[in-house]
Amino acid sequence: MGNGTRLGRVRGLGSSHHGSAHWIQQRLTALGNVLLVTWFVVSMFRLPLGDHAAVLRWASNPTVAVALILMVASVFWHLRLGLQVMIEDYVHGEATRILSLVLLNFYAIGGAAYGIFAIIRIALAPAAGLAPGGM
Amino acid sequence: MAGNQPGARPRSPHLQVYKWTPAMAVSIFHRVSGDGLAIIGGLLFLWWLGALAAGPDAYAAFLACVWHDPSPEIGTFHQITNFLGKIVLIGLTWAFFQHLFSGLRHFVLDTGAGYELKTNKLWSLLVFVGSVTATAAVWLTVFAEAFNG
Repeated sequence: MGNGTRLGRVRGLGSSHHGSAHWIQQRLTALGNVLLVTWFVVSMFRLPLGDHAAVLRWASNPTVAVALILMVASVFWHLRLGLQVMIEDYVHGEATRILSLVLLNFYAIGGAAYGIFAIIRIALAPAAGLAPGGM
Repeated sequence: MAGNQPGARPRSPHLQVYKWTPAMAVSIFHRVSGDGLAIIGGLLFLWWLGALAAGPDAYAAFLACVWHDPSPEIGTFHQITNFLGKIVLIGLTWAFFQHLFSGLRHFVLDTGAGYELKTNKLWSLLVFVGSVTATAAVWLTVFAEAFNG
């Protein structure tokens, strides 16, 4: 097994050469979040949030919709990585840790799917000739 | 807990044993704010987005729960959630700025800069000052606009 340490070879846990992947992905999505979430927060601050039609008009703009989809992908991947580290540090016991990680993956992937579908629904409802809330 | 398992490895002393320093505090609050944004912020965002997509009625119901119920006789439940909603939103605003500034600090630290004791302490303190100032600025503006119509 691999070229890891002697102890690692004995345990069959040699280097998998993915050691820095988690770290790099966290930084890449962090950079995406700096740009996209800052844009989102500024937009929330400037929009008349009580006016459904105005917010819908904003969100159905193609550029805004694409930026929102990118933000959901970046944010939910970043939070998956961050919460994974938190669980690995603080949740002890094999069974609860694995269960927590499974739930985390369900939340991250399910949440991103729900969010992206909602954005597509908002952006494409006018093209499909549907009133808001249709489809 | 790990301490009860056979052959458990020794664990590092935890929070209550250390003397609090700015660098330690900023590290802990990076996690706290990140976890808060990830769970509470994530769910609130999805709720808002789903309501926006579902139509004017669903969006009005979201606003009536989280922000302000416009009906003349507000029920106790919405009175509580209207209050809690603002607390949560203020908390999320602080968590956003704290995690943003603290994350930018990490980008600088990743380059190998800023490990000198005084510099490190100063930047850690600036993260807290910045996040509290930015949060106060945002919400003072929001409430000022609400009061002035």
